[in-house]
Amino acid sequence: MSHSAPDPGHEDGTVYDEALLGTDTSHWAFGTDFEDPLAGVDTTVPAELDAGELAAYCLALGDDALVMSHRLSEWCSNAPDLEDDIALTNIALDLLGQARLLLARAAAADPTVVPALPEGSPAPVEDALAFFREAAEFRNVRLVELPNGDFAHTIARLLLFVTVRLAAFERLVTPADPWGSDPVLAAIAAKGVKELTYHRDYAGRWFLTLAQGTEESRRRLLAGLASVWPLHDELRAAYDVGPEVDVVLDQVFAVSAVERPELAPMTGRGHTEAFSRMLAEMQVVARAHPEGLW
Amino acid sequence: MRTALKARAIAAEVRDPEMPMLTLEDLGVLRDVREEGRRVVVTITPTYSGCPAMATMRDDLVHRLTDAGYAARVEIALSPPWSSDWITERGRQALRDHGLSAPGPAPRSGGPIPLTLMPTARAMSCPRCGSARTELTSEYGATACKALYRCSDCIEPFEHVKEI
Repeated sequence: MSHSAPDPGHEDGTVYDEALLGTDTSHWAFGTDFEDPLAGVDTTVPAELDAGELAAYCLALGDDALVMSHRLSEWCSNAPDLEDDIALTNIALDLLGQARLLLARAAAADPTVVPALPEGSPAPVEDALAFFREAAEFRNVRLVELPNGDFAHTIARLLLFVTVRLAAFERLVTPADPWGSDPVLAAIAAKGVKELTYHRDYAGRWFLTLAQGTEESRRRLLAGLASVWPLHDELRAAYDVGPEVDVVLDQVFAVSAVERPELAPMTGRGHTEAFSRMLAEMQVVARAHPEGLW
Repeated sequence: MRTALKARAIAAEVRDPEMPMLTLEDLGVLRDVREEGRRVVVTITPTYSGCPAMATMRDDLVHRLTDAGYAARVEIALSPPWSSDWITERGRQALRDHGLSAPGPAPRSGGPIPLTLMPTARAMSCPRCGSARTELTSEYGATACKALYRCSDCIEPFEHVKEI
């Protein structure tokens, strides 16, 4: 088969030329059907793991990704510039993909975690989990559900979140992590490591840029960091990470000439009021049309 | 007579919906084609976890194989994770022919993943004019797998398929 280069002399000479795609317009029909993101994957739970506990762990990891993805996607068309609009939504897409895989893995491990759907609803399990659970049933940490502040607040939150998540995912692909003995979770983590590496570099570079930029950008960054730091302990505890996270954060803080905050952890547990509002918006269409197919 | 070879050849010609200069085989996402009785089972792997093209790839595979008289099913493989190293040499040439920059070698894993606070350094050249003077615009582009660059000589923007 040959690949014909587009003809720049022709005003319509693009890679989408008829010569390349033929007349098959089905290429443009995205999303016409549901798909199982784990189709054909062996989801048998290893004998040494408790299926219910594995499902709970996958739900927690999946919910964090889902909620962080939703907050990031709220930047779509609102970011400071086009490149960062694209960057934040790309990161949101990666996290949404992780969420789909993790929620599907949770449902396959323990089908009792999936909420009952209205009669006749064709929603797949990951949609049932995302759109038909109440706030109290979500297992995400509070850090990811805080309403978006300014861009500096988003960068501070993203840096903490992806640094901790990457450390946990790096561990999940090694024998040191008991959950890593689930080959499905280990495979999801192995893909996620590659994505989170890009996310962490993005957040770290912007953290440094804002810290060492103008007086105003530095002021905003420090304010953003101060507002998310009290939820840092809860995040670390959820992912059970240790000094490997401090090595990275201290490196970013050092080059940014930012002191590690000394702020008391936020008390309480569960979810914030803002989370209910976010879920209401995220779930409204699916709940209004439980028999919908899209 | 139907053969796995023929089914594989059909599956291998299906194109990536986001970078249609690449076949699924060139992109390295076509992992396996096997016949089970009268059915063909094709295994593909996502490039990124959130790749929105998976449903289209599956539909296109089923469509083409059905047209050829097969009963086709598409399955997903998550492991090993896709690497840009799996893009074939023919695929890399097709990218360059269409104004995209092909990925360099993917980073090797081993030990803690280093944090990179400076722009990623890549040995690359402008796919349009060949100049080695290029400037990163953004690590994120129109699809998850691409970064945005600009050539400092011909001033044209171009896309680079990222190394993962």
